Amino acid sequence: MSSYFSDFASLFEQFDVASAFWVNIQLTFFAAIGSMLLGTVLALMRVSPITSMRWLGAAYVNIIRNTPLTIILVFLVLGVWSQLQLNLSPDFNKNFFRYAVVGLAIYHAAFVCEAIRSGVNTVPVGQAEAARAIGLGFLPAARLIIFPQALRGAITPLGNTLIALTKNTTVAAAASVTEISALMKSMIEFRPDVIIAVFLTVAIGFVLIVVPVGLLTTWASRKFAVVR
Amino acid sequence: MSSKAQNVLFDVQGPRGRMLTLIFNIVGVLLVAAIAWYVLAQLGERGQLESSKWTQLFTARSWNNFFIPGIIATLRAAGVAVVLSVIFGLIFGLGRLSQVAVIRGISTVVVEFFRAVPVLVMMIFFYLGLGRTGLVQPTETPFWAVVLALMFYNGSVIAELIRSGVHGLPRGQREAGLVVGLTESQTLRSILLPQALTAMLPSLVSQFVVILKDTALGYIITYPELLASGRRLGSGDGNILQTLLMAAVIFVVINFALTSLAQWLSGFLSYRTSGKTKTPDAPAPAAPTPAK
Amino acid sequence: MHRSKKIYSAVALTAAAALTLSACGGGDSGNGDGGDSDTVRIGIKYDQPGLGYADGGDYTGFDVDVAKYVANELGYSEDQIEWVEAPSANRENMLQNNQVDMIFATYSITDARKESVDFAGPYFTAGQDLLVRADDDSINGPQDLDGKNLCSVTGSTSAENVRDEVEGVNLVEQSGYADCVTMLGSGGVDAVTTDDIILAGLASTDANQGQFRVVGNTFSEERYGVGLPKGSDKCEDINAAIEKMVEDGAWEEAVTSNTEGADYSYNTDWNPPTPDETCGS
Repeated sequence: MSSYFSDFASLFEQFDVASAFWVNIQLTFFAAIGSMLLGTVLALMRVSPITSMRWLGAAYVNIIRNTPLTIILVFLVLGVWSQLQLNLSPDFNKNFFRYAVVGLAIYHAAFVCEAIRSGVNTVPVGQAEAARAIGLGFLPAARLIIFPQALRGAITPLGNTLIALTKNTTVAAAASVTEISALMKSMIEFRPDVIIAVFLTVAIGFVLIVVPVGLLTTWASRKFAVVR
Repeated sequence: MSSKAQNVLFDVQGPRGRMLTLIFNIVGVLLVAAIAWYVLAQLGERGQLESSKWTQLFTARSWNNFFIPGIIATLRAAGVAVVLSVIFGLIFGLGRLSQVAVIRGISTVVVEFFRAVPVLVMMIFFYLGLGRTGLVQPTETPFWAVVLALMFYNGSVIAELIRSGVHGLPRGQREAGLVVGLTESQTLRSILLPQALTAMLPSLVSQFVVILKDTALGYIITYPELLASGRRLGSGDGNILQTLLMAAVIFVVINFALTSLAQWLSGFLSYRTSGKTKTPDAPAPAAPTPAK
Repeated sequence: MHRSKKIYSAVALTAAAALTLSACGGGDSGNGDGGDSDTVRIGIKYDQPGLGYADGGDYTGFDVDVAKYVANELGYSEDQIEWVEAPSANRENMLQNNQVDMIFATYSITDARKESVDFAGPYFTAGQDLLVRADDDSINGPQDLDGKNLCSVTGSTSAENVRDEVEGVNLVEQSGYADCVTMLGSGGVDAVTTDDIILAGLASTDANQGQFRVVGNTFSEERYGVGLPKGSDKCEDINAAIEKMVEDGAWEEAVTSNTEGADYSYNTDWNPPTPDETCGS
């Protein structure tokens, strides 16, 4: 048994598990910011008075939400990068990392948009009416009155989206980014005898990242809840 | 669903507002057209618009030999995964509602663990692991790897849905059951669970969308689902971009139908249960609340 | 009360239906107990144009042609062959579980693999090579790849080999070689690397003909063998069949017809190969 563990430990000298996980964390961080920004804009579009904006926002959400993430990433690399020749960074490897961030942000923005929209629904009608009564137009009303409350009401679904995003960074291998799932595959192929230990290492790594995010979300949704 | 909220965000527009809206609409259309034109020009320059690369998508051969077998394989994996997930979800969802602390504890650990592990990581593990156990025929390992990974993850989500569904029912339902002399578990079985299941049906259908989308990860472990067969067609005919686009369109159509069904169900069922039938808006971990 | 029963029975019914569905679908490749003596089960790639490619019930490629010839020599006509998809990661398992009788799937003979399976052959000796655009004469071997963009399949050893040799190469990893060839065509990458005959097969599909060139400067040696379950009694006969195929010109024709339009000629130092595997003894 102890030799099993020393066998397993020797894997860490050969494969850099920590830095592969670090790639996933970085992907999560940047894609979370990106999807939050894009998702907020989409939510704004979906509740705006301009028909074409509403239509565009709805089309975006319905198409992206129903497309597998893998296809989005493959299209970005095979279609946008290779056919349109758009480089997001002069550095070759950073370029694909950025494409993966963009793909993850595009996909999760659809869910962020819906989360915020559900948050908008928690804002009482009186708030919007009051905003209009004091003469605020659509954008000022949304920025000053509705969205600050909506975001606080949307913490739980936003947290769920963040958890999904964290786990979905494993699909980034489709965009030529070496992250933990790709590394796990080579580790198992190289050392099939310690397959269970390898799987548990990766799985527990994700548990350690995801569970605190879940706890934080629950805490935040209580702490920032709008008392009505 | 936010029609009520969004209409009060702005007044009925006057002449100036309508003018502005019109201008914005025109600018929007022009912007979309400009981007489309740029993309098409670039694709055309690289020969991706050749008609043969597109007409091939609509031949009987492409559908009979690739897309339809792909759709069937996708639906087969998704179908089996849905059923197993529901069974898994029922077992561990009820486990989390159990009166026995040990069962509750084990169920919580199982559910929390599998909700946190990425589906792809599980798929790769089962794909490379199952073959070594000899439990499953090697040609069937990709299928079972896809199904098991989806079952463990989505089953855990469904377990959460059941737990929160039962907790979401009005307290009077349980009390009424106890008052008429049913035991705690009889109340759960014959009063709470049927209502909770009805209430969670829309969420369940949304979860099927997640399952269906996640079968697409199966191509990474050589399961011949829709994405993989689209890829294979494109490899042979040199138009992989086009065949992947077709696969994406098929996914969107099927999932859009399922999403619409979920929305319709949530309206239709709302009078048959005292629970809330609202569909969750979050993606993959569709459980309304993260675990305590 | 009765409604809850209805729900449970509905769940049970769908469960049963789905499980039956899974039981009858997909498992059409024999039941692992040695198979029918009237048919032979051959594992091939389904997604490798030019080598092993499935288009409905149509199987094409060099591997398929050799398999058909060998099967014929062993006394099986074409309609007695049962084709089975054999993805790379699954090949040893399929042979060990006796799910196939032989495998022709770009299967390199290695000592590690010989511990769990037997090999007949080789029926072809491939080598790692580069595929470039037909009009690009700046790349004639791995040494020219400094600063160039190279595409290979995620986690493949071919990619690692090049990176070890040429440090300045930019490596893109894709999930399939067809993705790489698409990138090559659009100018996203400058070269694709894997075994030469795989590259030639991809470049000779109808849509790609004449657009690409196999460099022809191989830098590794991959002997493609016929994978067999340990202790198979077919090994010597297969070797004889391959030898006959080379002698009567069918081998040459199979290579040429499956790599047409790829500007490819196989390495004549190694090919045609002598099937000299000792058949596990």
